[in-house]
Amino acid sequence: MPNVSLTVNGQRHSVEVEGRTLLVELLREKLRLTGTHVGCDTSQCGACVVHVDGESVKSCTMLAVQAEGSSVTTIEGLAAPDGTLHPMQEAFREYHALQCGFCTPGMVMSAIDLVKKHPDGMTEHEIREGLEGNLCRCTGYHNIVKAIAAAQEVIHGRRDALAPAEV
Amino acid sequence: MYDFAYHKPTTVAEAVGLLADPEARPISGGQTLLPALKHRLDKPSALIDLSGIAELRGIRREGDQIVIGAMTRHQEIQNDPTVKAAIPALAWMAGHLGDTQVRNRGTIGGSLANNDPAADYPSAALALGATFVTDRRRIAADDYFQGMFTTALEPGELLTAVEFPIPEKAGYAKMRNPASRYVMTGVFVARGPAGVRVVVNGAGPGVFRQAEMEAALAVTWSPEAVANIRQSADGLNGDIHGSAEYRAHLVTVMAKRAIVDAG
Repeated sequence: MPNVSLTVNGQRHSVEVEGRTLLVELLREKLRLTGTHVGCDTSQCGACVVHVDGESVKSCTMLAVQAEGSSVTTIEGLAAPDGTLHPMQEAFREYHALQCGFCTPGMVMSAIDLVKKHPDGMTEHEIREGLEGNLCRCTGYHNIVKAIAAAQEVIHGRRDALAPAEV
Repeated sequence: MYDFAYHKPTTVAEAVGLLADPEARPISGGQTLLPALKHRLDKPSALIDLSGIAELRGIRREGDQIVIGAMTRHQEIQNDPTVKAAIPALAWMAGHLGDTQVRNRGTIGGSLANNDPAADYPSAALALGATFVTDRRRIAADDYFQGMFTTALEPGELLTAVEFPIPEKAGYAKMRNPASRYVMTGVFVARGPAGVRVVVNGAGPGVFRQAEMEAALAVTWSPEAVANIRQSADGLNGDIHGSAEYRAHLVTVMAKRAIVDAG
């Protein structure tokens, strides 16, 4: 069986897999990082989005062996060791950008990549377009979009702290 | 998914050697192949991962053409300053297919080798008069596309790069299925070294040229020139998302928008 060596959330792993093992199966079943979800398994919903060498990918549509030598970041790897949340996680909490939470890990991972790719900031419309690879079936997206709009200001250093959500 | 052996060659020659096994399949970005394998639509003996072959990747300008390596990802084409300057319609196309995550993994070579009727790049390649470079020969776009999921590539032949002549004008417009985001009907128009071309994707079993619109545009380059030309619905795709007649109607609508886009 093939062996795959990769770094996940800063930690080196060397794992025996099958050729057909998906990256998401490696993460969830071998490494027990179950924060990455499988929603559709047909690359449409985006619940399984992780970062591979800094780019967001659908981990249900990538083989584990294709991640050989890569650095993978999952939702578990975002917060600081002391538990301080990543600004995007903090924004999702502040803006109540989730209800059932199933899509949230993928949304957060996609949102971070989206913000990184738009250093000059995004309009609401651009955020909505940019989320087309992620489906949410309960919030109606409004608060997710608000959270990302607020988080981008902090991530790009235009604000020191998150703007509080209007109640 | 059935299991398979996995190989990651580092040269084209090595990959072609491995592809001599008729049951082996190349994998580029895997955004179409892996979903197909999950459905057990195919049972390859081995996947030959092309991502370790540096010579297959990259974008460069060579005289009057843009050469794009087969393993170049959509996201790289979308953001490449050379492509954006020379063929902005191609950069736009690369940035509006699939979604961000698909564009981060999927490649132009994978899409063109697969030749899905609802794919985007085939229309650009045919309209611009692209040349397909493989491990053993060069194939003109006119000869390359042979209908649904079929190309001139022989078993074991590897697409290595695509050369796009830089046009005077080019534009692209498409109607996407609102759920799947696949193309229902797209039209790529171009005026350049290959002449005036109007190519339709998504509507039929494969890309095709719309000769009547090409003739009209060759006389007058304007959306009005094609506004009254009707595409026949004969042979077009009809499904739960739209009838053949609807797709035929969209050909004229998208052609007009593509011409506006081309300027």
